[in-house]
Amino acid sequence: MNTKINFCGVEFKNPIVTASGTFGFGAEYGQYADISEYGGFSAKGLTRQGREGNPPPRIAETPSGILNSVGLQNPGVEVFANYIMPELAKLDTHVIANMSGNTVEEYLEMAEILSNTDTAIIEMNISCPNVKQGGLAFGTDPATVEHLTSEVKKHCSKPLVVKLSPNVTSITDIAKAAESGGADGLSLINTLLGMVIDVESRKPILANNMGGLSGPCVRPVAIRMVHQVANAVKLPIIGMGGVMNGRDVIEFMLAGASLVALGTGLFVNPKMIYEVKDYISDYMIRHNIDDINDIIGKVELN
Amino acid sequence: METNYLCRLESKTQIADGIYDFVVNAPEIAKNTVPGQFLHVLCSDKVFLRRPISICDAYEDKVRFIFEAKGEGTAELAKKQVGDNIDIMGPLGNCFVNGVYKKPVVIGGGIGVFPLFKLTKLLDNPEVFLGFRSKDRVVMEEEFSAVANTHISTDDGSYGYNGYAAAMLEEYLDNNKCDVIYSCGPTPMLRAVKKIAESRNIPCRVSLEQRMGCGIGACLVCSCETIFSGTNKYRRVCKDGPVFDSKEVNI
Repeated sequence: MNTKINFCGVEFKNPIVTASGTFGFGAEYGQYADISEYGGFSAKGLTRQGREGNPPPRIAETPSGILNSVGLQNPGVEVFANYIMPELAKLDTHVIANMSGNTVEEYLEMAEILSNTDTAIIEMNISCPNVKQGGLAFGTDPATVEHLTSEVKKHCSKPLVVKLSPNVTSITDIAKAAESGGADGLSLINTLLGMVIDVESRKPILANNMGGLSGPCVRPVAIRMVHQVANAVKLPIIGMGGVMNGRDVIEFMLAGASLVALGTGLFVNPKMIYEVKDYISDYMIRHNIDDINDIIGKVELN
Repeated sequence: METNYLCRLESKTQIADGIYDFVVNAPEIAKNTVPGQFLHVLCSDKVFLRRPISICDAYEDKVRFIFEAKGEGTAELAKKQVGDNIDIMGPLGNCFVNGVYKKPVVIGGGIGVFPLFKLTKLLDNPEVFLGFRSKDRVVMEEEFSAVANTHISTDDGSYGYNGYAAAMLEEYLDNNKCDVIYSCGPTPMLRAVKKIAESRNIPCRVSLEQRMGCGIGACLVCSCETIFSGTNKYRRVCKDGPVFDSKEVNI
């Protein structure tokens, strides 16, 4: 059976990747499952300059999920390009570098810096809900998304994937704008903006008051959005949002995702990748599927 | 490769109101544990995240941890019965000890005394100060006393020294030599211990707590504030800690 996926011209040995921000730069989870088990992984979100991140607490539990507000703590794109990526290049898996900017200029500079590394794909975050200039200002207006995407494409020699926010009125309008701007692929969903209040103290749990919701509680929203976007554009999609097992991966693929990212679920099960791969093999046998590509977008609507 | 283990609950004792003493069968974890480390415990399928719980002791094939059933997760964990399997990652985090000292002092408060037990057993002649709210909250006194010279205080004076453990520590330091302080407890106590240690120029190692995600250093949510700036301003309690030099962190 074939589980290889050609995504934006890059061959992934299987459709399983990880979601940026949940996986660091791979070292930690690499101790629980060999990184080469994954088709690829999306590294911690980078900014032009390093960022200290938000004050703690940065996490609050919710029913079937979490709110986080890390605030893009990262060493900066140049540290990544010069010191981290050369090490990651030795791994037998694809690296997806994720970047967020304050300004168009910063996005362009980061795209140029990352294009000169061994990263397979550049993921452009226009949807971080946790920092004022985390890209979300770019990600909610179709005209801005199209302009930013087309400008970044001019400075980017790697496949460019645009990461979309669910915190918009119409995600298909944003997806179409990214496509018109020349994006090679899309990834969705980023976290949903949420809030948890401690009723005893009357204060929000998160120091930043609000944060991004992830985990299985967001999965139906993510599945719906992947389905809608897959039907609105021709671009391949990295689907993510609350994957806990192999069944959920298949669900995202049926909705229209070519690659599927594990994220928050890793916090509960750091070795999820093994179960996911076993499930996919079993599913393919049970449904007589020779090629995993044959299920992408193959939901049969009622 | 690291992994999570299914550990059989071997014994369960309620040692004070809402405080549970669990011993699990966990040979791999027991073998690798150093003082100060913690477990990342899947409490039940009713709460999403694992809960970090400090290791009280580790010996032979057994790991012992004591926790207060305070929130949703620990309340679920308290429902486990002897014979149940518990999904545990660990041991995680760093070690209390990072140097050779001759006159160690150990000071803990409330449920912060538990991660100090294995440390106390391993240290050579430590002086131990344990503070509790009141007489009915005093736990592990006999066990600490069996392995070290132990002083108990209560905030309300209902047992032992009348006042905070930090005050007891200060009186001790006025008359005795000490070249390192190890501490775990509520934030006000840690703040006081840090101040005392630094004013007397004594190295001090504090164990910190924070709401945690992955537990292994990947997600960056369990941050503590350090004295450094820029990308080093926040460090990971789970991976860089939970034990820090008091001079490096703002408490």
